[in-house]
Amino acid sequence: MIAPPDAASVSADSFDLMFLVMVVFSGFIVLLVATLVIVFSIRFRSGSRANRHEVRRLVSREVEIAWTAATAFGAMFFFWFASAHFLRHAAAPVDAMEVHVEAKQWMWKATHESGARELGSLHVPLGRATILYMNSQDVIHSFFVPAFRLKQDVVPGMTTTMWFTPTRTGSFHLFCAEYCGTGHSTMLGEIVVMDEAAFAAWLEARPGSGSLVDAGRVLFTEAGCASCHDPASAVHAPDLRGIYGRPVPLADGRIVTADAAYLQDSILQPDRDVVAGFDPIMPNFSGLLDEDEVAGLVAWLRTLERDDG
Amino acid sequence: MTLEAEAGRGRPGQTLPRSYLGAGHSVRSWLLTTDHKRIALLYLGTITVFFLIGGSAATLMRLELVTPPGELVSADTYNRLFTLHGVIMVWFFLVPAVPATLGNFVLPLAIGARDVAFPRLNLLSWYLTIAGGVLVLASLLLGGVDTGWTFYTPYSSLYSNSYVTLAAMGVFVNGFGSIATGINFLVTIHTQRTRGLTWMRLPLFVWSLYAVSIVMVLATPALAVALLMVVVERLFDLGLFDPARGGDPILFQHIFWFYSHPAVYIMILPGFGVISEVLTCFARRRIFGYEAMVFAMLAIAIFGFFVWGHHMFVSGQSYYANLIFSFLSFAIAVPSAIKVFNWSGTLYGGHITFEASMLYALGFIGLFTLGGLTGLFVASVPIDVHVTDTYFIVAHFHYIMVGGMVTAFFAGLHFWWPKITGRLYSESFARLAALLMFVGFNFTFFPQFILGWMGMPRRYWSYPDDFQVLNVASSLGAVILAAAYLLPPVYLGLSLWRGKPAGDNPWDATGLEWTTSSPPPRENFAVLPVVDTEPYAYHADRVEPHRRGDASHRAVSQSSDPGDDA
Ligand code: HEC
Ligand SMILES: [Cu+2]
Repeated sequence: MIAPPDAASVSADSFDLMFLVMVVFSGFIVLLVATLVIVFSIRFRSGSRANRHEVRRLVSREVEIAWTAATAFGAMFFFWFASAHFLRHAAAPVDAMEVHVEAKQWMWKATHESGARELGSLHVPLGRATILYMNSQDVIHSFFVPAFRLKQDVVPGMTTTMWFTPTRTGSFHLFCAEYCGTGHSTMLGEIVVMDEAAFAAWLEARPGSGSLVDAGRVLFTEAGCASCHDPASAVHAPDLRGIYGRPVPLADGRIVTADAAYLQDSILQPDRDVVAGFDPIMPNFSGLLDEDEVAGLVAWLRTLERDDG
Repeated sequence: MTLEAEAGRGRPGQTLPRSYLGAGHSVRSWLLTTDHKRIALLYLGTITVFFLIGGSAATLMRLELVTPPGELVSADTYNRLFTLHGVIMVWFFLVPAVPATLGNFVLPLAIGARDVAFPRLNLLSWYLTIAGGVLVLASLLLGGVDTGWTFYTPYSSLYSNSYVTLAAMGVFVNGFGSIATGINFLVTIHTQRTRGLTWMRLPLFVWSLYAVSIVMVLATPALAVALLMVVVERLFDLGLFDPARGGDPILFQHIFWFYSHPAVYIMILPGFGVISEVLTCFARRRIFGYEAMVFAMLAIAIFGFFVWGHHMFVSGQSYYANLIFSFLSFAIAVPSAIKVFNWSGTLYGGHITFEASMLYALGFIGLFTLGGLTGLFVASVPIDVHVTDTYFIVAHFHYIMVGGMVTAFFAGLHFWWPKITGRLYSESFARLAALLMFVGFNFTFFPQFILGWMGMPRRYWSYPDDFQVLNVASSLGAVILAAAYLLPPVYLGLSLWRGKPAGDNPWDATGLEWTTSSPPPRENFAVLPVVDTEPYAYHADRVEPHRRGDASHRAVSQSSDPGDDA
């Protein structure tokens, strides 16, 4: 009943090693302090005949310097140790499989690149890096998979990402870890890791909702994006061809890379990152398009090639 | 101190002034008092009531968590319980417990002053606390608040339909009480020290109050701003935290933690002070590394302002922010570690006795060490990513707040009780309570570390079956802990009419507060004491410590100041 959590991702294994090192270190310090306190308490209890020679000032200074230096060194070592791990797992591989996750009180929705959707569960293939683009429709939630040792807040008005490479097939808990109201503790889900073939079959069998890219192409005209963004349009709006991955200079002087999260935010929060040289006239689509439609648009925008001709 | 200090008790044959307790018995004499000692007692009564309310909420929660499905109370009730527990325990118990209660009583006595610098402001602080408390209790009676004590937006500002505005206003008003107390203490320490009490002769408890006052004055306004923004957004629908209108939900977290991380130190620094007083007294030993202890406290108070982002590693803030906050959080571990080692070093070569206060103080060292070490886990970004918002965090901060601060509060309460009331309590009952608390505490909270590591999120009303065994263990521990907390009111209460008279200095301790009568007169001292030695002069410098009563510190001072009339 008191079992360690399953370890089902690449980073979970190295997390466990790091955690173990810290537990051993902490155990050692606790033992050291406890031993000092207990041994001194017994040896120097009132009335004991221990030799209580005076601790000379110089000695105590040296002792102090020594343990201050030792703790400072220890702290820096652990900082390096932990941060190195963090940085190693910070950036997702470029070929990671993408899934869009939508959180709302109190459920999890996922949309795959193929357009397949699921509710309260997320199927992913074994051994393949998967990156989640996450949005919330209402309050802050947090996508927590103990078996992956990963957690990421899902914040309204912003796209957060999280990536992992599953190393074990099976089904694992998904919890909402940021308190989000009445149903917080029932905002659960299941992460199902399947081997590559089984996953492909599963995806195949999902009721086809058409490919995301196709839906996005249609929507780009239907939702009125084209009326401004079409290169032939009279409205002064950026040309979106080849936008994906390009550095975009913003009106406030920052330069950001147009990744999927940026594209998504540009549609849902156009006032947030205004492109340099343009007026902030783009309407806010957050109430007009649902999560899948946005995912479709983003998918389609990413396929647009730069028109160099 | 010199024997002149002894003169504070009045000379033989001279009638002592009445004790502060005897100076008026009417309700009015209490409610309009400007005596720091009476105000301390008003605070003591207040925080006891709040502790009972907050503790009852915790007990109900632990009962609820015995079984995986939520059966005892509804999810909404559970959410209100943990919010109530957090709001009350943080702002109406922990924050005022040591500074406003013990600090209020001891500070002027410990620096040889007749009162704090602004006695009326001091009373106002208490009324602000009461006003804030009444608002919070009103929100409770109307139906409660369900946002968690952290009031995260946009849940608190746009989604919760509970009494958020009322509770936030309560905390807001109470905050001004903290600020006033902080200013009062700072000015008091700067201007009211008695002759000869230089900065480097201040007892560490006074230093800890100094450090904590700085934090209260500088950090609490940030809390006020954060809460005010939530209130304003709820009342006037401004959209400050609403992304659809250009607001930013994360902004709240930045402001909130800019207060609330330093607030963690509001809730532990004074404990450091108390423990230093108690350990030296019952080890009959000078504090090991006085200067280092002072600077460590100041360093913690200042560094504490630069680590708030470690509460937000998974909030979506940038990698660089995460690394910087992680680095600073590791750095702040160093002064904390210095304190633990110096306390252990203080025991070396002492003549240690194990009165109840001492048992609390020794327990504190252990629990604080464990709480602090698990702080290293959560300072590491990748580990925090897994354990944040799980029971690991719950256990971590309870080790600091309850294992640390509540234990220190009890150490201090038992230490100064004879001074406050003039009575001795039953030492054996007090020791029993101290042991029970230690056992009950670990039994309750250690399993939560494991639960968090296994992945159980916090603030869960129901949970998967895998987590049940440890939850049951934790709930059993909570029963022991609750029983232990009920003991002190009983034997301390009994001591009021059955207790032996304490005498001026039952522990033979060195602080100035012990040189006046117990309970002290309204003016604290008949003649203000003069100080000419370092603090904790339990033995002459570079001389072997001696047992309590063998040859007391007085003998030491006497040799340096022989011309007194004692
Ligand atoms: C009223 C005209 C208008 C409409 C309709 C419109 N946009 Fe825009 N869009 C703009 C303008 C102007 C900008 C540049 C200023 C800014 O960033 O807000 C922009 C910026 C963008 C950007 C960022 C471009 C860059 O270079 O970084 C993206 C992506 C985008 N729009 C996508 C869309 C999509 C998808 C739709 C349809 C759902 C849409 N827009 C509808 C006017 C429009
Ligand atoms: Cu949630």
